[in-house]
Amino acid sequence: MTISNIWVFAQANDGAVTTGTLELLTKARSLGGTVSAVIGGDASAVAGTLGEFGASRVYATGDLGGALPGAAIASALVAVIEGGDRPDLIMFPQNYEGRDVMARLSVKLDRTVITNNTDLSVDGDSVTVITPVFGGNTLVATTFSGEGPFLAAFRPKSFAAESAGGGAAEVMAAPVPDLGSTGGATVTAVHVEESTGPKLDEAEVVVSGGRGLGEADKFAMVDDLAKVLKGAAGASRAIVDAGWVPYSMQVGQTGKVVKPNVYIAAGISGATQHMVGMKGSKHIIAINKDAEAPIFGVADLGIVGDVHKVLPKLLEALQGRG
Amino acid sequence: MKVIVCVKQIPDPALPGELDSATNTLKRDGKLILDESDSYGVEMALQLVDAAGGGEVALVSMAPNGEVSGLRTALAMGAAQGVLVSDPGLAGSDALTTAKVLAAAVQRLGGADLVLAGTESSDGYTGTVPEQMAEVLGLPSVTFAKSVAVEGGSLKVNRQTEAGYDEVTCPLPAVVSVTAGVVEPRYPSFKGIMAAKSKPVDTVTAADLGVTATGWDAAGQQITSVTQAPTREAGEVIEDDGEAHVKIVEFLEGLKVI
Repeated sequence: MTISNIWVFAQANDGAVTTGTLELLTKARSLGGTVSAVIGGDASAVAGTLGEFGASRVYATGDLGGALPGAAIASALVAVIEGGDRPDLIMFPQNYEGRDVMARLSVKLDRTVITNNTDLSVDGDSVTVITPVFGGNTLVATTFSGEGPFLAAFRPKSFAAESAGGGAAEVMAAPVPDLGSTGGATVTAVHVEESTGPKLDEAEVVVSGGRGLGEADKFAMVDDLAKVLKGAAGASRAIVDAGWVPYSMQVGQTGKVVKPNVYIAAGISGATQHMVGMKGSKHIIAINKDAEAPIFGVADLGIVGDVHKVLPKLLEALQGRG
Repeated sequence: MKVIVCVKQIPDPALPGELDSATNTLKRDGKLILDESDSYGVEMALQLVDAAGGGEVALVSMAPNGEVSGLRTALAMGAAQGVLVSDPGLAGSDALTTAKVLAAAVQRLGGADLVLAGTESSDGYTGTVPEQMAEVLGLPSVTFAKSVAVEGGSLKVNRQTEAGYDEVTCPLPAVVSVTAGVVEPRYPSFKGIMAAKSKPVDTVTAADLGVTATGWDAAGQQITSVTQAPTREAGEVIEDDGEAHVKIVEFLEGLKVI
């Protein structure tokens, strides 16, 4: 057996394929063999892009009718496999939908899962993934044993996305079978947080705030600084858990991974789970009262000082430039 | 109403993690405590049982060496009993095996209207066990719940999404994973701590639960190497003397950000 049949779990927002999907497709096709995309929902609007990035076909479930993706998409994929197309490897994005589908599939196929990976290599019929642990300081290489399909999930921005210029992927229907007792979880309303400015995981400049800000109102300084630098505002898990800002702003192991040109951490100590989300930034500026804060270990410019003094002066200086 | 909560007992995250050099897995032989992610599940369960007018919160946990200290913390919060699966043969188990073991423990307790868990453990971060358990148990599931209510025999959940949140309904019984901050976990009272000492914890092995494929051999994966990642060097660190903001402006100018 060689790794010649790879599936990539694909996602789209508002009819556009996500960057994460393009990253996985690019990596998948570099391994040689056939690449198929699998997607919840309708594929007609995205078959072109999926094909351009290397998928020769896309299995689409069609409209899920509000059903949560985990059980629905996993069941549809098992039907495809039982119908005769058995992949050697399935690559998932490390996000909510990816995790849920992968989990259900893991039980249905009785295969292990390896998540939080940042790289993948293939040697004959052997697949090895790399997972950073302990906040990214240690890299663990794990090889799948036994038979495929091997199930692996990858953190965002693990791979570059590059077009291959291929033609549209062939759309194949993969309808959701009767879910029996596992069905029934249904979305009845969708709430999208309004945000202006660049998206957090795409912004060139990110300004993040943490507990050192002291109270929820003070986050306004972070917001203002992000605006004046035409960037996005982010947050540590501590202040998201405290309810100061929504989860969509969280940077870290269980939040977003960002790799901006400049990351400014205000009042953030630098817990390892936060660092995982921003260590890849090109330039890091940190402001914290505590000279021992771990964030200073990765900052290019570290200011040991009170954010309540430094930020207002910084804002004034920047706003004054017009 | 009967709610069963999955709790993990983990090495204290405040202490640096260590890998066992022989197996390259996380060392779990020191003191283990209740994973903070699971304190939210326990609290949520206690509040739901209260809102339902009564019932029971029970716990399931898989841990080495008969460890119960994390379970006792959850019992002290108000859970009534627990099942601990402790078995040397489970060492090295992957998430799938863990899910099968915990699902079997849930079935051993029986009668669950709802199974709660955190979204991922604070030491492993695999993040798939609750959904895997739901599949093993043949139940629907709602993951990443930031609010949970039971209305007329079904669940009303606000489910966190990367763009905001979705309102979700789900029939019971079901498995739900809850986010950190879904509720404020209570501190166990002294009375609760004393009562916890005599609450029943049924300690079982994998064989007792009928789970045979366990540990390293069943994991389907092998760790082949552990290396240090290239570290990022620290740059300049200065103390704010009232003019540090000027340094930041200069730094940003140098990068042509402003």
